[in-house]
Parts: sequence; structure tokens; C-alpha cells
Amino acid sequence: MKKSFLILGLAMVIIGTGILVAGSTITIKGSDTLVRLGQRWAEEYMKEFPGTVIQVSGGGSGTGIAALLNGSTDICEASRDMKEKEYKKAKELGITPYRVSVALDGIAVFLHEENPVQNLTYAQLKGIYTGSITNWKEVGGNDARIILYGRENNSGTYTFFKEHVLNKEDYSEYTQTLPGTAAVVNAVSKDKNGIGYGGIAWAKGVKFAAVSEEDGGEYVIPSVETVSDGTYPISRDLYWFFSGQPTGNLKKLVNWALSDKGQKIAEEIDYVPLSKEKAKEYTIK
Amino acid sequence: MNELKFRPKSKIREFLGEKFIAVNAFIALIAIVLIFLFIFKEAIPIFTDSEIREEAGLDKMVFRQEFYEGREAKWSWQPNSEVPKYSLFPLFIGTLKAALIAMLFAAPLGIGAAVYSSEFAGKKMKEIIKPIIELLAGIPSVVLGFFALMILATFLQITLGLTFRLNALNAGIALGLAVIPIVFTIAEDAMNSVPGSLREAATALGANKWQVSLTTVLPAALPGIAAGVVLGFGRAVGETMIVLMASGNAAIISGSFLDSIRTFSATIAAELAEVVFGSAHYSVLFFIGSLLFVFTFIINFAGDMVLTRIKIKIQGKM
Repeated sequence: MKKSFLILGLAMVIIGTGILVAGSTITIKGSDTLVRLGQRWAEEYMKEFPGTVIQVSGGGSGTGIAALLNGSTDICEASRDMKEKEYKKAKELGITPYRVSVALDGIAVFLHEENPVQNLTYAQLKGIYTGSITNWKEVGGNDARIILYGRENNSGTYTFFKEHVLNKEDYSEYTQTLPGTAAVVNAVSKDKNGIGYGGIAWAKGVKFAAVSEEDGGEYVIPSVETVSDGTYPISRDLYWFFSGQPTGNLKKLVNWALSDKGQKIAEEIDYVPLSKEKAKEYTIK
Repeated sequence: MNELKFRPKSKIREFLGEKFIAVNAFIALIAIVLIFLFIFKEAIPIFTDSEIREEAGLDKMVFRQEFYEGREAKWSWQPNSEVPKYSLFPLFIGTLKAALIAMLFAAPLGIGAAVYSSEFAGKKMKEIIKPIIELLAGIPSVVLGFFALMILATFLQITLGLTFRLNALNAGIALGLAVIPIVFTIAEDAMNSVPGSLREAATALGANKWQVSLTTVLPAALPGIAAGVVLGFGRAVGETMIVLMASGNAAIISGSFLDSIRTFSATIAAELAEVVFGSAHYSVLFFIGSLLFVFTFIINFAGDMVLTRIKIKIQGKM
């Protein structure tokens, strides 16, 4: 009898502590493109303001948005805007999503370092990824089959690339899907005839293709500068979504991320910071 | 002589104790039924809700569809497209290919190891082989998947000069590694259970060791070995992590083992986390889950039935 009381008491203490910690915990879930930034911001913020606990995890923009809608996260990181279906669902559930751009991102096209091809136009990229162009020699490379690597269909990067570059057409069914940009980079680095796409913050061991929106236009290689000044065409805003306008701890966190300090941290780990005007515009009064 | 003394127990305590243990035994059965009901419940809108039936009805999942006017009708899995496509056929082919390759790889190795272990190995060898193969069973599937993704895929691509680095062969071999212990254990048990009298009779008729094994023991153990293969197949069909990491996840319909595949299990794992709750995509994923459940249930049930019947026959009980 005594033993069981002891165990019960211990369990209550553990649960109680859990509830206490949960009270001042901020959960951030969502985009795999943003997760590194979220984690770094969480680390630095917790260093500056001890007493807050921030938990960051990935899973894809779609996962984060679903979590926001079912209340299992405070902040949703997303590398794309919410779809109409998702806005509708939010309305049904009585949630007003509040969107803040926290950084910019360029989507690079990854090629194997030994691939002779360097420049690609939107039209060529579309042909490659929808399956109408299947051989590297059609775009000036070796006579070899193009091996397509991409993301799963819950990825914001997948959706953005499809809407922006493929004009909403379907990816070729031969696109091999990988669970994150790091996996795509890894796959392309091991495959001489591979091509992949993903956030520029992730590339190691592959080279970037220089992309031009128009045939005959200027080919631009993605970098922090070319994305920030808009010359690199495949670029997008990275968002944090909240349930309604953030207040209290959440407001403090997002304003800190938008501050010079937060944006500098983003730049240090290869994300593209917002321009000072934009950052000021998004800061919550 | 020591006397055992039992305290007289109250009839109520005995009754409750019995019922409590019985409930525990039934919990597993109840859990299976409830799990199936929950999964199938989420899949029912495919048959009942008219909007969902329009987008993803049974006929749309099974037959070729002309998704765009004028283009040829085909099977395609693109649930997040402007025109959502829910053909299950590419996924079915993918699942089948992976499981087939796994069995082609695991069955000969598992059965071979079982024959060696039960017929030819010395006592010491036996004690080494069994635990080592069962060690294979202890490797988490995510580790096998990681191995296939990082090392096996590169090895296969270099040795065979493959176009696609992540393909059915890669996933199938890793799957086979996970299945070998299942086939081995059951096959070895089956061969060990063949009565010694059968072997002695064959030897008395002049057979040498090989002949005893291959002409007498193996055929006698065949039902058990077959059950092992069937149970291994069931495992290969349901396995998720290995195929998710090593197969390329491309929903291609082709006969080649060297193309990428997308399986039922990997599709659920990759897509369920994000899908909009209550949508057609959601119901289709649960429908796939129900299919997997029913299929593996039937396979495991059949396999277990055979094994039980063999046990009864050998033990001579009813």
C-alpha cells in the first residue's frame, strides 16, 4: 500500500511539472525549410530571455498548418501561403490565421558538381520537371537520362515550385520524392544526372543552376544578395502563421525575430533577411 | 514429505480473478476489431459522401481515368494537383514489386539457412546461427532503410550501372533482410518438428545425409516452410520505413525492378501528416490503410492457421 502511494505521488509531481512547463512553452511546428531558422532563433531567444521554453519541429508546411488549425501549435512555420481549402477550414473552426513574413528564401535548382549544364530557363525547368524533357542533351548537357528529385506533396517547397515554375502542372510521375531539402541535396550530390530543388540555405556538395525567367534573359545564380534585391526569380516569403494576432509572449518573440538582431541571426545561417522597411512594416505594434 | 498448505480462498475473489484474466485475453481481440472499425470509418465517405465520391470514388481509384479532355486515359497518383488523381494501381504495383523482390531474396536465403541449421550444422554451429539471424530481426527498420538509402543504393548503382539510384531492387533487398529472420525461424522450426522416425526410416533405406534432407525431410516440412514464406510476405507488404527511405517514392507503373516505386505504406506515411482533415484525400488514405489491414490480416491468419494445424498433427492432440 505504501509503495503504491509513493508511485502515485511521484506520478502527480511529474505530471504537475509537465503542466507547469507547458504553460510557458511556445511550440513552433511546420516547414522543413524554416526549421533551422526556427531552431536558431529559439536558441538565441532562450539565451536572452531564460524562462521561456520554445520547442521547434519540422514536418512540412502542410503539417504545420494542420497543427495550427487543430490547436496543437502556437506558431506555424510555412514556406508557402495557406491554400484556399485551409483558409476555409480555419474559418469553419473559428480561427483567423495571422500571417507574418519573417524571412525570404530563394529556391535553388541543384545540379551535380560535375554536370556540364549551368544555365536553365523557366521553360526548360518546366519541361524537365513535367517530364517532356527527359535527356540532358536537350538542354546542352551529356546524353543521359535526367533523374528528377523532388519533395513530398505536403511540402511548401513542392507547392511553390509547382505554382511558380511549373505553372500548376503536375510533376512527372518519375520524380523521386524525398523527405526534406537536405535529402534532396544529398541525393543530387550522389547522382551525376540528378536535378533537384530546394531552399538555398541548405546546399552543400552540389552546385546551383543559374536561372532565367525568360528565354534569352539574364541567368542569375541564387545567393543572399540576388534574392534580397529580387534579381533571382525563384524567390518567396517565409511565413509564421498565428491563430489571431499574437499577444504577450508570442508577440515578443515575433517582434524579436523581425528586429535587426533576429534578422542578423537569419543572415548568419544563410537565410535571406527582410529589408529594413519590410521588417518594420511587419512588426506588431 | 513437505505438505503444501493452501489458504481457503473466497469464491468471489476466484470468480473476479478469472473474469479479470479473461478480459485481458480479450483485450487484444477487442483492440484489433476497434482499430479496424476506426480506420474503416474514416474511409466510408468514399462510398457515402457524394462530393467525395465524385472526386475519389471506387471506380476512380481502380480504373484508368481520362483526367484531361482529349488526353489518353491512364492511371496516376497525384492527390495534390489542380485535378486530383487517386489511382491506386501504381501504388499496388509498387507494393507488389517490393514484396516480391523481398521474397525472392529472403526465401532462398532463409530456407537455405534453415536447412543447413537443422540438417547439417553441428551443435555448436546451430547455437551460433540461430541467434545471429535473429539479430537481423532486431535491427530497427529505420536503420535498415538508412543503410539502403546511403550505402546499398550507391553500391547497386555502381555495380549494375543503374539509371535510378533509389529503386525497387534497393528497397526490396533491404526488405528481404528484414524478412529473412521470419522465414528462417519458421522454416527451421518446421524442419526440426519432422519426426525423427522419418529420418531414420530414410537412412535405413540407404539414403545419405543430402538425400534424407532433400527427399524426405524437406517435403515433410513443406507446409511449415510455406507458412513461413507467407508470413514473411505479409511483413514485406506492411513494412513502411524501409520503402519510404529507399524506394524513391515515385508512383510508376512498369515491369522493371530497376525503376522507382511508391508503396501503399509509404504513401500513407508520407501524406497522412498534412492531409486536410475530412477531405477526399484523407478518406482515400484511410481506405488504403483498411486495404493493408485486411490484406495482412488475411495473410497472417492463413499462415498461422497452417502452422497451428501442423502443430496439432505433430503433437497428435485435438
